[in-house]
Amino acid sequence: MHIKHFWPLLAGIGLVATSLSVVGDDDRRGSDVAPVSLPLYQQECGSCHFAYPPGLLPARSWAQVMAGLGDHFGDSAALDALDQQAIQEYLLYNAADRVKERRAVKIARSLRADEAPLRISEVPYIVQKHREIPARLIKDNAKVGSLSNCTACHTRADSGSFSEREIDIPGYGAWDD
Amino acid sequence: MKILPIVILFLVGLSSAHAGAVDELLQEYRSQGAGPFSAEAGAALWTRSGGAQTCAACHDSDLRAGGKHAKTGKPIAPMAPSVNAKRLTDRAFIEKWFKRNCDSTWGRACTPQEKGDFLSYIRNQ
Repeated sequence: MHIKHFWPLLAGIGLVATSLSVVGDDDRRGSDVAPVSLPLYQQECGSCHFAYPPGLLPARSWAQVMAGLGDHFGDSAALDALDQQAIQEYLLYNAADRVKERRAVKIARSLRADEAPLRISEVPYIVQKHREIPARLIKDNAKVGSLSNCTACHTRADSGSFSEREIDIPGYGAWDD
Repeated sequence: MKILPIVILFLVGLSSAHAGAVDELLQEYRSQGAGPFSAEAGAALWTRSGGAQTCAACHDSDLRAGGKHAKTGKPIAPMAPSVNAKRLTDRAFIEKWFKRNCDSTWGRACTPQEKGDFLSYIRNQ
């Protein structure tokens, strides 16, 4: 091998190896869904509950959620017009069916085109991923209470990461299915 | 002792950080026909039952303690300005949460009288 081709070749091998290792790691960090990136959304919606990353629901679901904030699961989450518009655009633009992150894509694919769940806990992909976990660890666990309480067990949910190895169920610990 | 007046000014400033926003709102409610306002009436409203829930259900009956959202369990910082200096400092913030929480708790908007009573109660906590 001529020396002048050596370094480009080595760099090429390095690049391929790096990309392979990323693709090969199914639980690669931070790529499940994009973390929340709009402070206004974090502030207005995250006051009462975990600010769910927009990649957890398709755009048609977010549109319905935003159209019904006067009765948001029994509470008023009313916004002024300008904030409402900014948050709606953010959610729809980054919705599960419009982004490339791994779990967002799986969420979008698990839904029929005419399905628009209002609750993330009713998305088929999410339901299926939690199916084997007994009720005593979620619903009947005082420190969890509901599937909607992502951060109770997913220790890096704030970063958009829902890897199985990051799970810590209160009073139980790691989960391995 | 040149620093003493500055310290006093600073302490006075701290203790009255919420005075501006609250006094402006109370004046606005008076202009809508409400008043006089009563901290005792505000305290009674805080735990008044009959709606979907009470203020105390999420914010605790002790305003110096923190609360938590009745449905989601998310922690809520204390309401009392004496332990949470950010409370009652922003008019738009106050009105936004009156709008949301009166509707969530009682199923209707609060009247200017009720809002004035609430603020009179909370500001002294």
